[in-house]
Amino acid sequence: MNFTLRIWRQKNAEAKGGMVSYSVSGVSADSSFFEMLDILNQQLVDEGAEPVCFDHDCREGICGTCSLYINGRPHGPVKGVTTCQLHMRSFADGETISIEPWRAKAFPIVRDLIVDRSALDRINQAGGYVSVNSGGVPDANSIPVRKADSDAAFDAAACIGCGACVAACANAAAMLFVGAKVSHLALLPQGKVEARERVLKMVECMDDLGFGGCSNTYACEAECPKGISVANIAMMNREFLSSAIRKEKSSPFTGGF
Amino acid sequence: MTRLNAAIPEGPLADKWTAYHSGCRLVSPGNKRKLDIIVVGTGLAGASAAASLGELGYNVKAFCYQDTPRRAHSIAAQGGINAAKNYPNDGDSVHRLFHDTVKGGDYRAREGNVYRLSEVSNQIIDLAVAQGVPFAREYGGLLANRSFGGAQVSRTFYARGQTGQQLLLGAYGALNRQIAAGTVRLFNRRDVLDTVLVEGKARGIIARNLVTGEIERHAAHAVVLASGGYGNVFYLSTNAMGSNVTPVWSAYRKGAMMANPSFTQIHPTCIPVHGDFQSKLTLMSESLRNDGRIWVPLHKKDVERLRKGEVKPSEIAESERDYYLERRYPAFGNLVPRDVASRAAKERCDAGYGVGRTGVAVYLDFADSIKRKGRDTIEALYGNLFDMYRQIVAEDPYESPMMIYPAVHYTMGGLWVDYELMTTVPGLYAIGECNFSDHGANRLGASALMQGLADGYFILPSTISRYLADEIHTPPIETSSPEFTLAAEAVGDRLKKLLNTKGTQSVENFHRRLGKIMWEYCGMSRNEEGLHKALELLAALKEEYRTGVKVPGGLDEFNPELEKAWRVADFIELGELMVQDALQRKESCGGHFREEYQTPEGEALRNDDEFAFVAVWESLMGDEPPAMHKEPLEFLDIKLSQRSYK
Amino acid sequence: MLLSSSIAGKVLMALAGLFLAVFLLVHLGINLLLLSSDGGRAFTAAAEFMATNPVIKIAEPVLFGGFLLHIFFGMMVSGQNRAARPVRYQESNSSETSFLSKYMFHTGIIVFLFLAMHLADFYLIKTGFIAPPEGIAQHDFYSRAMLLFSNRWYSFFYILSILVLGFHLNHAIQSAFQTLGLNHSRYTPALKLAGSAYAIVITVGFSLIPLWIAFIPLTRL
Repeated sequence: MNFTLRIWRQKNAEAKGGMVSYSVSGVSADSSFFEMLDILNQQLVDEGAEPVCFDHDCREGICGTCSLYINGRPHGPVKGVTTCQLHMRSFADGETISIEPWRAKAFPIVRDLIVDRSALDRINQAGGYVSVNSGGVPDANSIPVRKADSDAAFDAAACIGCGACVAACANAAAMLFVGAKVSHLALLPQGKVEARERVLKMVECMDDLGFGGCSNTYACEAECPKGISVANIAMMNREFLSSAIRKEKSSPFTGGF
Repeated sequence: MTRLNAAIPEGPLADKWTAYHSGCRLVSPGNKRKLDIIVVGTGLAGASAAASLGELGYNVKAFCYQDTPRRAHSIAAQGGINAAKNYPNDGDSVHRLFHDTVKGGDYRAREGNVYRLSEVSNQIIDLAVAQGVPFAREYGGLLANRSFGGAQVSRTFYARGQTGQQLLLGAYGALNRQIAAGTVRLFNRRDVLDTVLVEGKARGIIARNLVTGEIERHAAHAVVLASGGYGNVFYLSTNAMGSNVTPVWSAYRKGAMMANPSFTQIHPTCIPVHGDFQSKLTLMSESLRNDGRIWVPLHKKDVERLRKGEVKPSEIAESERDYYLERRYPAFGNLVPRDVASRAAKERCDAGYGVGRTGVAVYLDFADSIKRKGRDTIEALYGNLFDMYRQIVAEDPYESPMMIYPAVHYTMGGLWVDYELMTTVPGLYAIGECNFSDHGANRLGASALMQGLADGYFILPSTISRYLADEIHTPPIETSSPEFTLAAEAVGDRLKKLLNTKGTQSVENFHRRLGKIMWEYCGMSRNEEGLHKALELLAALKEEYRTGVKVPGGLDEFNPELEKAWRVADFIELGELMVQDALQRKESCGGHFREEYQTPEGEALRNDDEFAFVAVWESLMGDEPPAMHKEPLEFLDIKLSQRSYK
Repeated sequence: MLLSSSIAGKVLMALAGLFLAVFLLVHLGINLLLLSSDGGRAFTAAAEFMATNPVIKIAEPVLFGGFLLHIFFGMMVSGQNRAARPVRYQESNSSETSFLSKYMFHTGIIVFLFLAMHLADFYLIKTGFIAPPEGIAQHDFYSRAMLLFSNRWYSFFYILSILVLGFHLNHAIQSAFQTLGLNHSRYTPALKLAGSAYAIVITVGFSLIPLWIAFIPLTRL
């Protein structure tokens, strides 16, 4: 198969970038999108040009490193897969494919198609965990968890932190990402203990980092490679509201409920 | 030889760890604050170690080459994590897990280490659940278990097919908590290129900031390597693209010894290679073997018809199929250990019974299980794996059997460590896959997650205090010392040299050729002649690389080609050491199969009299070949026997 | 903390929006009285009631407050959202999203312009800020409506605006519930349907009046 690629090139964070056209030929339909880009890069190296930089690592759809905004969609045209699991058979021979980095104020460009997503780490640092130390915890079976709750928590915890939700969102919001972590932990008895503080801290951090707000277009859910539901955003909203209201009476002796 | 004292505590096997623990020297909280520790790598071992050390109050600096700690390749582990909880009441115990692990490793691991691993395994499950890891549960709300290759009990805890991901996110959460608390500082997008020794002790590292290209010096009282395995020496493997041996190799060149480098695990259930331009292999969890039956056609005529697409696999009659694992190993059937399953697949394909377009694949068939348990049950167990297969191969595994073939997956070999997980360099520790310790010559399924987390959460945080107790009077290490300057300059020079070689071939090209040599001569089966050939080819490749590699771009910028160039240079040298190790081990054991040493049935033939030792390699100055030392393995609890899964 | 957060802003907007949605139903109910063939008696009586009832008097500023709150937070959220992506994509987004959900701000602006016109036509006349047209009393809403709808162009723009309002509402109802944290695997699909049904009722209901007037001669009313 042959393709024309229009790729965003940008030397570094400060440099001015632009779209550059390339053509690749002789690509097998069975090869992955990155193997196609490998062929392009091999071509560029052979010509003495600098290869296109893009983020990738596990190439099996789980590490969340890969990004790419392909033909107007994060992770390309196939639903429920990351770019690394996208295969060229999903494109038409001779097609022109546009490839851009993910765009958000909170995701500055590093080089070419690579963006800095450490903002997502910072949100997690604000409270995306259960505060237990390594040791002194109860036996794993001492607290039964309803299977339905455990399954729902897993569905939320399946987030790979790729940031496709932010890239797809008209407002560059990180609500699905944050909602997924908030729900995952709030659904489990182990995480419930500090659920109130967690959601307030994580949302505050998210806002401070310059992500947009949610306008419920659900583009995030449509583009999430792990199919994480917007019900997690609703749950976060709920958790946030009840926590924010109860925050004023945080002492069990002054509030009552 | 005194340097190779494993320092296993005295006393009965079951009491060793407890005795060590209660006798180990401690560092007071006030002094912990004054001690710095560097942790390289943020996978299960690295993240759990950094978090636990931070919780204890040490100053930790954590490094990863990825953009965030959560990307580390532990995330890709699918099947599960073993523990001796015996929740299913099927006869499991700490001793049985220990026994299965030593036997699975074909008796090439230390008893003391493995027993400790089994003891600690239960604590890991408790901690993970407390962190909110959503393990699979039964309707009653308690944890579910499943069986895994090489075991006759169900001791594997799992979170669908994403157990590694969930455990890593648990450790990542713990790490984030410490980053927020200020005890851990994270350095992401850093390649650790050298280990710095001051007066014989590990005192820091030289790292390259992958975004700016800056060469950075970082000092500490102790350095912990948790940088993972080196399967990418084979080019095609189930490792992540960035997985590399560089931090380990830098330590090796500074005096840390490498143990059993040739012990490589070839995983039996991977998606077969589809073409020359392929960049990576994808694993299908071993748990699939619980419900999938492995077969090839019994007759060559059917093989031909299948390859030509004249018949569908489902049309081959039951009597015309060869379920070769069930035939050869009736007791374990499809659940034999990985090395056995892999070799059996290779044997069938080499004999001309392989299926698929390339003839290098066997079937993993779910038709019986779907009939027996229903499609919904199979979907609940393996849905994400089936989806992944369909996405990659464009075939529906619910309708047609999966095609699988073995692929490089895990490296049992690694930096030699003693009972305390310290390498032969004082103050330099190695944990997780990058050390050699617990899996012998073959790792059992669901044991890697167990070992990584055992090392990081529980073992290292205890054992490191013995060393640091002597360091409480050492002031913060200065990075301006001549040792740091020398190391930083050497790193800079080597980078410049790579850029200035200005050869004609890309790094990728060399890496692919290296992989072919390693896979051909030092892969699933090895022989003396082939290994000698490999040494010649590798020496030529190394020389060609020195003058012929072409690295575009500059030093002070984001330059992935430069990163790869350094890594591949290290891989070539590692390849040589692996071949030498494979050459000296004139026996077959676990994943190391020397064609000259096999039973009449084609099973691995160990030679316990001469080879019950750990081969420990020391790098010597200049062009000297590395020197090999032996750490004898003593088996006091377990009786050595021919591994039988029949 | 509560008010400055992106979620709190959205929640207030949603609450105000839901309040406005209820008001729209009441408004529609009264408007539909125009269709009864009593020469506007019922409609005028209802308008009279709305103008004099003390409860409604109190509700009026609340209603304006609701509008202002909804618009204010709409603008604020929209502004923040724009700032969250300073460099835009070259290729416009083609993610699968529900129809027009990305254009809530745009439909909102159109509805706002319509509202301004509507206020000038009725409310500002009622309150005496603007003199009523020749021959129509200050409080005679019926004649006022009949006069406006006798203009085909006015009716056309009226219906068009109501249609845009319908699109706005179609997404708004379920969106508000989502924002308030009410998303349930079983009830949300039904809620989405109810939201769409509500939007259709509002659109058809309000559009019916100019159509009725246009096609049925006044003499027959």
